[in-house]
Amino acid sequence: MTEAIEVRGLVKQYDGLTAVDDISFSVPVGSVFAFLGPNGAGKTTTVEILEGLRRRTSGEVRVLGLDPWTEGQELHRRIGVIPQDFRFFEKITPREGIEYYRALFHSRADPAELLAQVELLDKQSARYDQLSGGQKQKFGLALALTNEPEICFLDEPTTGLDPHARRAIWNVIRALKRAGRTVFLTTHYLEEAELLSDRVAIIHHGRIIAVGTASEIIAGHGRSTRLRFEAPATLAEYLARQLGVRTRTDAGTVEVELDGPHDTLRVLTAAEASGIPWTSFATVRNTLEDVFVRMVGEMDEGALKAEVPP
Amino acid sequence: MNLRRIGADVRIVARGYYRNPAALFFSLVFPLILISLFGLIFSSTGSPVTLYAENLDHSAASREFLSALNNTSAVRIQIVTPPGSESFATYLGKNGYPAGIVIPVGFGSDYANHTPVNVTVYTNPQDAATSGVALGAVQGVVSAFNLAAACGTATNCSIVGFQSEFVGSQVYSYIDYLIPGLIGFSILTSPMFSMVDVTSSYRKEGLFRQLSLTPLTRGDWLASRILWYTLLTFAAAAIMLGVGVGAFGAHVAVSLGMVPFLLAGPFFFVSLGMLAGSVAPTPESAAVIGNIITFPMMFLSGTFFPVSEFPAGLQTFARVLPLYYVIDGMNQVMLFHNNTRALDDLLVVLVAGVVVFLLAVRLFRWRDD
Repeated sequence: MTEAIEVRGLVKQYDGLTAVDDISFSVPVGSVFAFLGPNGAGKTTTVEILEGLRRRTSGEVRVLGLDPWTEGQELHRRIGVIPQDFRFFEKITPREGIEYYRALFHSRADPAELLAQVELLDKQSARYDQLSGGQKQKFGLALALTNEPEICFLDEPTTGLDPHARRAIWNVIRALKRAGRTVFLTTHYLEEAELLSDRVAIIHHGRIIAVGTASEIIAGHGRSTRLRFEAPATLAEYLARQLGVRTRTDAGTVEVELDGPHDTLRVLTAAEASGIPWTSFATVRNTLEDVFVRMVGEMDEGALKAEVPP
Repeated sequence: MNLRRIGADVRIVARGYYRNPAALFFSLVFPLILISLFGLIFSSTGSPVTLYAENLDHSAASREFLSALNNTSAVRIQIVTPPGSESFATYLGKNGYPAGIVIPVGFGSDYANHTPVNVTVYTNPQDAATSGVALGAVQGVVSAFNLAAACGTATNCSIVGFQSEFVGSQVYSYIDYLIPGLIGFSILTSPMFSMVDVTSSYRKEGLFRQLSLTPLTRGDWLASRILWYTLLTFAAAAIMLGVGVGAFGAHVAVSLGMVPFLLAGPFFFVSLGMLAGSVAPTPESAAVIGNIITFPMMFLSGTFFPVSEFPAGLQTFARVLPLYYVIDGMNQVMLFHNNTRALDDLLVVLVAGVVVFLLAVRLFRWRDD
């Protein structure tokens, strides 16, 4: 089996409302897959269906070859989950929680090692209700790893966390990948998806609007590399006239689209020759964020336009 | 169901309980306070035993005999004149008097003539402490009277003798009723208050979903709760028996017959609490449902007062409350030694328990659709 997760034509409706609208994707074993989308896009619904916490309306779903809803018992032994808004028993410490899970899963994982891995060893004896948001999340992650899962589902694991805790969780995800585990990550942080994942799916209004590696998506949907000057708008007019390039201006910056990396020198030379004063320049690469903002923006605009009568 | 998982879950519940002062208070300290409070108010231990006396003789000797008893300071004589229509034994039983004495007609003249004469002492065998004191005091005064009659040490010379009889119905003091009642109180309140809350708030906070992602099953979870509240019930029962008998001299039989009720009771109420918590849409409405179920039972099932002393209408109402059967059953076992009726009570609790348990398991959900 090379695919850890396979989804074909998944649909989930709540009271006539379609939360997930005919999506298909697959996640190879040992890869990190990021499910990216704004709030309410259908990320959590999808991940909960994969975890066997929700019943699907229709479509085919296989996780480790199992049907998550009907074979949940078997599946839960082999996956680890940190749900969005993770909660635990208030008076229980991380160490006790992990020992509890060890007994439930009949696992041999070393509690101290798990807690060290998520950088929570110093708080192992603090009660859950005394932990900070980041510490709670790390604890949740350690719990999810207690059964040495083949797939880890992390539903917005870093939302609202401080940079330090976020980095700790990223490190764990990287370590999981190195250990050959499969990670299914949902996030609305594009940086996180780009940094950690092998493949990304962008979900919006219950549909996948792009899927592939981050650079594939950027290449397929993004704009070209640009050169950004801090300069008056007159520079943009000059360069457009002289070189026929596409430009944009915005509050004291001028962006010039490049045909390729080798185009930089031509544009710089022309800018220098213009005599218009500019203070600094930088090349601007497209990030997933640009693509995401544009795609989601275009979709929403499109949707709005369709509703306006001609 | 799996014992390792149930054990792990009980440990977690126990830790949470141990660290939650409110939960511990209501399960163990509150029953202790109740039994101490009611015990102090209603028990008579420490003061002299009241010996209810009917003097049919009215001679100087009989008055002297009674005053000698009064002077022992072990008993306090209370002269009574029961109506002629009933026997003295019945009279004592009806009034809840634990001990009495009758001085027969002709006591004074028999004593003067050295003709043997018997006084009759009535005691309640259930009330070993009171009857011991009463019989001991009478024995002492009888010996003194015989000595005073100055007929030496001859054995046939004992003029005044006494015979001992039992009061007409067994007399129980309030504290005796209170012990099964308060054990029932704790069987009811300790699971009901927290199970309703736990079931609804765990669902709201997603803790059940969290648990559903582990091998712990709903059956394991429910078994662990039943086990935990059974342990708490045994602890509460031990506290109440210890304090009731030890500190307040309650006269209850500590028999193995209690055990089925200490098992069936928590089984029923843990299931009922879970059922109430499962059907309620929010923790707030769950609390309301829980209180509607709990409060009438808390007072009307024979917890603080014997149901037999209720007005007829309330007695009928009490008989639809499941806790009534738990408490009545324990009363039968611990006080009245009526095992047939206890068995009937147990059957009611068990059948109700199985019905509620199955309903609860059916309606209790780990995960949403």
